[in-house]
Amino acid sequence: MEYVIEMNNITKVFGNFKALDDVTFKVKKGEVHALLGENGAGKSTLMSVLFGLYQAEKGSIKINEKSVKINNPNDASSLKIGMVHQHFKLVHNFTVLESIILGRETVNMGILKKDDARKKVIDLSKRYKLRIDPDAYISDITVGMQQRVEILKMLYSDSEILIFDEPTAVLTPQEIEELMKIMKELVNEGKSIVFISHKLNEIKEAADRCTVLRKGKYIGTVDVATTTKEQMSEMMVGRKINFNIDKNDIETGEAILEVKNLTVIAKNSKKNLVNNVSFEVKAGEILCIAGIDGNGQSELVYGITGLIPINEGQVLLKGKDITKESVRKKSLDGMSHIPEDRHKHGVILDFDLKQNAVLQTYFELRFQKNGFIKFNAVKEYAKKLIKQYDIRSPRDEDSTVRNMSGGNQQKLIVAREIDKDPNIVIAVQPTRGLDIGATEYIHKQLIAQRDQGKAVLLVSLELDEVMDVSDRILVIYEGEIVGDLAPKEITVEELGLYMAGSKRSDKYEKN
Amino acid sequence: MRRIKLLQYEGFTSFLSSLMAIVAGLLVGLIILLISNAEDAFPAFITILKGGFLDGTRGMAQVIYFAIPIIMTGLSVGFAFKTGLFNIGASGQFTLGAFVAIYIGIKWSFVPEQIHWLVALLGAMAAGAVWGSGPGILKAFFNVNEVITSIMMNYIGMYLVNMSIVKTVYDSLKNQTKPVLKSAILPKAGMDKLFNTGNVSIGIFIVIIAVIVIYIILQKTTFGYELKACGSNKEASKYAGINEKRSIILSMVIAGALSGLGGGLLYLSGSGKYIHVLDVLAPEGFSGISVALLGMSHPIGILLSGLFIAHLEVGGFNIQLYNFVPEVIDMIIAVIIYCGAFALLFKQIISRFIKKGTSEDIEEPQQAAKIPVAAESQVVNSETEENDTEQREDN
Repeated sequence: MEYVIEMNNITKVFGNFKALDDVTFKVKKGEVHALLGENGAGKSTLMSVLFGLYQAEKGSIKINEKSVKINNPNDASSLKIGMVHQHFKLVHNFTVLESIILGRETVNMGILKKDDARKKVIDLSKRYKLRIDPDAYISDITVGMQQRVEILKMLYSDSEILIFDEPTAVLTPQEIEELMKIMKELVNEGKSIVFISHKLNEIKEAADRCTVLRKGKYIGTVDVATTTKEQMSEMMVGRKINFNIDKNDIETGEAILEVKNLTVIAKNSKKNLVNNVSFEVKAGEILCIAGIDGNGQSELVYGITGLIPINEGQVLLKGKDITKESVRKKSLDGMSHIPEDRHKHGVILDFDLKQNAVLQTYFELRFQKNGFIKFNAVKEYAKKLIKQYDIRSPRDEDSTVRNMSGGNQQKLIVAREIDKDPNIVIAVQPTRGLDIGATEYIHKQLIAQRDQGKAVLLVSLELDEVMDVSDRILVIYEGEIVGDLAPKEITVEELGLYMAGSKRSDKYEKN
Repeated sequence: MRRIKLLQYEGFTSFLSSLMAIVAGLLVGLIILLISNAEDAFPAFITILKGGFLDGTRGMAQVIYFAIPIIMTGLSVGFAFKTGLFNIGASGQFTLGAFVAIYIGIKWSFVPEQIHWLVALLGAMAAGAVWGSGPGILKAFFNVNEVITSIMMNYIGMYLVNMSIVKTVYDSLKNQTKPVLKSAILPKAGMDKLFNTGNVSIGIFIVIIAVIVIYIILQKTTFGYELKACGSNKEASKYAGINEKRSIILSMVIAGALSGLGGGLLYLSGSGKYIHVLDVLAPEGFSGISVALLGMSHPIGILLSGLFIAHLEVGGFNIQLYNFVPEVIDMIIAVIIYCGAFALLFKQIISRFIKKGTSEDIEEPQQAAKIPVAAESQVVNSETEENDTEQREDN
């Protein structure tokens, strides 16, 4: 049996914390090998050891049956190991071509020669069906294309072993499908792929074998074809996971949030990012806005919550016009917002947990007196949230949020927003990048809000989430609502057609 | 065990790393002295170290006199830092404050004598605040980088003051401002007798009050919370409903007022100091940046670092006895600041040392592991995202 990667008994310790404990990981030539585990299970650490970013305390690595020592990423690339990181490492004001050849520029007497490189890049992109525009700037292209640039970058340096660190976390369903095809293409060409993920559907679809890690320990390696999703998730989490979301039908009440003819025009291109959108969210209802990323969902939510000015239209909360009100006033009126980008909007990374817990309420009388913060009250409140919503962090309420895991940062935001006892919760991709446990938890919280008679507006790119959690689906395409659907009456495929703009409900005929 | 607990305390590691920077700076100073004149190098070096302690109470008074303006500009820069702004315009704000203090001190004889100095100081603060607000407003409404605008404001301020002096309170014989009225000079409150020199006044108490007020604003109030939130993450502050434009402007106004007060305190101290009509930016503004850096932008740290730098300056003054030039001090301070930039590196070294210390200690193993994480995350701030994924693993 030929293994391209053999990592034996790897142990990696941070301080006194064992991130990897005696982990064995073997990849055969020409296979897609999934590495499965929850956040914090040690997947990224293991790959960082392979890529030379960390040195293991114990254990040995063999590449192509030869013992090697990988001290830095350069060693790794000379062993033809390439990695696409979860957060792309691209220079934003470079073109696609420049980004790909970065570090391996072809030069003649110190002068950059891009012609050969261009040819090679275009050849590669044709061969592997990686659609790119070599002259586009990184800042202008979609996340999906940025990922293809990263893949081409690996191929350009002749990598044989390709590591994908959670590649689908940032992609739309269509892009994910395309990525799966690309991975198959690569394997057919004899490359070996390590595919880090915690999404079972994708592993089931793309991978040949799967190694499961849990809390830094090696749990096992299984054949994907003969193992069910339930078995894999049990290996990953250590307990049974309920994939079916329990949801009772409840009566919807009055309209809580009404959006009327909302239009947002782009600042520089005069394009209507959000075009004459109207809808209402009723009490006891989860309304989901589905759509492919970049179709105006973000602007719609920013417009409703007041983060960007809207050009036309009205926003009503419980019948009261709040279009022109400040963000703070809207929050006080009972609008909760779980933002799309938690690092940009949701938390202040350098503040500690308790300070972030009162981000929108610090000025309330329970937390301040004459302008002085009541530290004990803030602390008690943070403790309450930690207990009630099971937020885990290194030093409880004193931990800097930067040092918390993404899932717990999100839990903190959800806790904070729900605890405000809002009338409406606007949640934008609330489970992005989270593992199964945290996702399950957040879905439960949203449904609990609905069951309490609150209105929930959910914006999601994940079809599963759209289908399972929502009571009603609005599909947004190029800034317009093109469909008003009931999840029970349509299939995922049909929904996909609406999202791609090739189908419209009667009500939303193109004008 | 207790020693290690102390080491784990964030503030203490910061302090230690500042200390290491200082030692490095002094060593470089010693080397320079050795190169220029090996024979007298050691006595001169000891003179530097003794600084303000050499001349008894008069020396200490001198340290305080030097320290007052640079602590104020240091506070100004440090306060802006904490709120995410780089106030390089402390010099201009300082000059404006100084001029307005002198102007009021000379012209406003109608003010009751008992409060003349106080009115002059308030005027100085107001002038600095106005000068600081300019870059603040431009930053808040037009997103113009405050570094550029405040550098410009430095020059505008300097020339404006030079022009105004010539028009109003000019002593053409000496090319400087006229002396202020007696009532405008800061009260001595017995300090002159205590220190046995005329240079000291209640100025240092005003500085200490300013330090405490700034500390309270930053650490204890909702206002400080808003300012720091805007400084750390403007977008999140907007999301939280904080008026980020107002916060930026207020932050620059306060920073300006602190610098302006520094100018007022220096020129009303009754030490025979006048503004000379020269085309030179006030150096106190730039010393403020050093003071803030060395004090890690913490009000108490700034108070200490300001006193320390003043102490060295007095020492530098004294080494002229050995025929050394006082500029050696500027080099030492420069090296200290330079090493201060490595403070994070020192921090990591210290925490690595701690890690070794505690690895046998099972009692508090996790804490030790956390400090390097925190330090690391600051070093690679730009790579926040990557760090997060790594730390997710760590946690």
